[in-house]
Amino acid sequence: MSAQDTIVVPATDAVRRAQAGKSYWARVRERLLADRITLAVTVLLAVIVLMAIAAPLFATHDPMASSVLARLKSPGYNGHWLGTDEVGRDLYSRILYGGRLSLLCGVAPVTLALLIGGSLGLIAGYSGGIVNSLIMRSMDVLYAFPSILLAIAICGMLGSGLGNTILALTVTFIPPIVRISETVTTQVRSAEFVEAARASGARPVSIIRFHILNNVLGPILVYATSLISISIILAAGLSFLGLGVTPPDAEWGLMLNNLRQAIWVNPLVAALPGAMIFITSMCFNLMSDGLRTAMDVRI
Amino acid sequence: MSADVLLEVHAVRRYFPIRGGLLQRQVATVQAVDDISFAVRRGETLGIVGESGCGKSTTARLLIHLLEADAGTITLEGRAIGDSSGLTAREFRRQVQMVFQDSYSSLNPRCTVEDTIAYGPTVHGLSWADARKRARELLGKVGLDPELFATRYPHELSGGQRQRVNIARALALEPRVVVLDEPVSALDKSVEAQVLNLLVDLKSELGLTYVFISHDLNVVQYISDRVLVMYLGKIVEVGPVESIYGNPRHPYTRALLGAMPSMDPDNRGKQATLTGDPPNPINPPPGCRFHTRCAHAETCCSAREPKLAAGTAAGDHLAACHMLIPGSGHSAAPAIAA
Amino acid sequence: MWYFVLRRLLYAVPILLGVSLVVFLLMQMVPGDIIDIMIPPEAPKEVADMIRIQFGLDQPVHIQYLRWLKAILSGDLGISIFTNQPVADELFSALLNTLKIAIPAAILGFTMGVMLGSLAAFYGGSWLDKLFSGIAIAGVSLPHYWVGMVLVAIFAVSFNVLPGQGMGPDGFPWTWEHIKHLILPVITLSLIPMGVISRLVRANVLEIRSMEFVSALQAKGLKGPRVLLHIMKNAAPSALALMGLQFGYLLGGSILVETVFNWPGSGSLLNLAIFRRDIPVLSATILVLATIFVIINILVDVLQALIDPRIRR
Repeated sequence: MSAQDTIVVPATDAVRRAQAGKSYWARVRERLLADRITLAVTVLLAVIVLMAIAAPLFATHDPMASSVLARLKSPGYNGHWLGTDEVGRDLYSRILYGGRLSLLCGVAPVTLALLIGGSLGLIAGYSGGIVNSLIMRSMDVLYAFPSILLAIAICGMLGSGLGNTILALTVTFIPPIVRISETVTTQVRSAEFVEAARASGARPVSIIRFHILNNVLGPILVYATSLISISIILAAGLSFLGLGVTPPDAEWGLMLNNLRQAIWVNPLVAALPGAMIFITSMCFNLMSDGLRTAMDVRI
Repeated sequence: MSADVLLEVHAVRRYFPIRGGLLQRQVATVQAVDDISFAVRRGETLGIVGESGCGKSTTARLLIHLLEADAGTITLEGRAIGDSSGLTAREFRRQVQMVFQDSYSSLNPRCTVEDTIAYGPTVHGLSWADARKRARELLGKVGLDPELFATRYPHELSGGQRQRVNIARALALEPRVVVLDEPVSALDKSVEAQVLNLLVDLKSELGLTYVFISHDLNVVQYISDRVLVMYLGKIVEVGPVESIYGNPRHPYTRALLGAMPSMDPDNRGKQATLTGDPPNPINPPPGCRFHTRCAHAETCCSAREPKLAAGTAAGDHLAACHMLIPGSGHSAAPAIAA
Repeated sequence: MWYFVLRRLLYAVPILLGVSLVVFLLMQMVPGDIIDIMIPPEAPKEVADMIRIQFGLDQPVHIQYLRWLKAILSGDLGISIFTNQPVADELFSALLNTLKIAIPAAILGFTMGVMLGSLAAFYGGSWLDKLFSGIAIAGVSLPHYWVGMVLVAIFAVSFNVLPGQGMGPDGFPWTWEHIKHLILPVITLSLIPMGVISRLVRANVLEIRSMEFVSALQAKGLKGPRVLLHIMKNAAPSALALMGLQFGYLLGGSILVETVFNWPGSGSLLNLAIFRRDIPVLSATILVLATIFVIINILVDVLQALIDPRIRR
């Protein structure tokens, strides 16, 4: 009898554990861990972010120290791993420091737009009627500008600088986020489980928090990750035009702008900051793709 | 009779505007539910039958106050929301709950079964821990092992299991009336029988009152004490189940029952069955709404609307047909009693 | 159908009004006094006041807006502060130059995108799919201004086979000399639309290919190319919508590419206006580009409705 127990009990336990169901997010995590490309990209991004945040630890030179003698040297010159820029500053150290602002310009506008646009979309989708029309029609007006043009218009009128860059990109990203969040909310709102929640006497805020948010979050997060990639490219683009971060701060787009004339002298060095923009934005795009597959969402 | 009335619907009307055109003006109205009155008695099961689009689901949503009526009142034990009795919408909703038709979209795909059931009680002030405890008890009551099912997600359940969860959710607030909107129509026949039996057991165990909405006449006959037949937003007949099925008085009810598949080979295809689709509820026909499809229609039928009345039959069985109303002008109407 | 077109056109009116309002508000938010840009600082105060009255800058804001709107509607886009020329003339020739690279870039990007996307989906899961999908995702991740620089470094600096700056000698006849100047900017500009379109087409074709009607077609005995035709017909509307958006982005995004290649288009004009603080040119350029974007979107909507009857409501 005891022998029987030892066979039966673990078996049912195992069956129960297998059948007890995993949370949706646990499944997403599992699928993400099985996806080698996404995993590799995430590690690479973590390294880039870490090195940028802890730039003083990893930098080999003072990013502001220029040298007239060592201008536009190729990688490896005299301890400069990636060479020097147009006024002889160490490119490797500048790329590290530049990553701070570039990543900030990538993440901050998307985060802000996510908070503002996500809430606006939830409100528009959940309220419907006039509130919906009011919000969505104003978004249509912002949508009438191609995104780069809107960012350039805002920065061009208000002037350059980090604050205006983040402001311009935030405004640019709000409309698409509102649109996605509104679409998903509208779909979820008419689902019967929301009706059931209303029928139990729950208040709108509680319904949105408990029943709508967790359904809307997935698609928006996937989209936001791909927006970070666009945000990095656009922010660097604004700096490239001289509309973004102001010198002498290091930022990838600005470095690229400063090195533009150097393309005739040392093309490899001049192209390096751009390669960083490309790699980072590619990582965010691949991560977004991986998340999308893992969450099985469509946008 | 009025003493054991739990839920009363009085002259309730609900129209839906249809907007169109450049300025989104109202171009038409759907008369989903038009001036209906009926009572749900304590402890009974009232079945509501009718074709799709007849206003069954609108009636259900009006009953649980998911929709507000344009006119008329719905009272719970004589108390209406907002009147001097102090009945709040929250309290009303706690007492009158609903089991939805689509068992898939009625469960949040991102919520565990346990949390879905526990959510309602937390809205009414229970702590999450207590609510989850109640959820597990209820899972046992609806025949799902809480150990196995509490932490599952809807997509990990079969249709019948999902519908059991739906029932548990409706019961979590300890309601007195449960409105069941086509609760078994998406299920396989064998599962359907299990769920129906579960509903019957729960009703006697918890002392519930059911409003059971379905287009399946067999199911309604099985579970109901009284039956209400709807056609295009109107009640055409209401009465005890034996009386309705044994002696249908409205031509529409007769046609519906005639279309019901019978197990008796001698009893097939005698009655005239319905042809064509029901008319558009946007522009319902004048007079008796059924006259466009009725074999007995006469001029009075398109001229005047028949009232729901007992006519010559026993007091509990009402029908809305000119053929039953003395002096209605219909050739088949009984003579006016002296 | 005509009703649909009419409704779409009418809807554009409030949108365009909103656009003009946004541009005007941005003009109001320009830091500093616009007069300081227009006249030398040592000019007497009376001169400043005179100009202020002449331009209606002493009026309340809403009157200023209405006057500005009225001028624009009558075709007067203002006078450049810097060159004293009517903005409209400058803008028109610049726009023409932008179209010279934007249209070929759109054609190149869209055809490449559709080809890469449908081939990737057709050979779904194979190495070809992986390669094309990789190209597509690189296309949307590339900072195209940087690509421009790299192309210049390779073809203009290292090999010296193609010109990397400007649009060549004046004049309209399309000689090889002109086309040579077009090649690098057009390739650069076409990368993003190629990536975006190919990703959408791939996803769409994959989804439609798994639909039941496709199995039905194959069961009827229809062969590969004709099945593909049916699939493309279903994938076309959303691809078209995206192409419309992308063409708008091309016009907006050309500012970066034009800067790299010193191409005298609307982007360069915008860039110049920003650094000269030439607010009339700046606002007019933004307004006109946004208007073109709105018109393109209307055209796309109508085209979409022609293909897909479900949209015609």
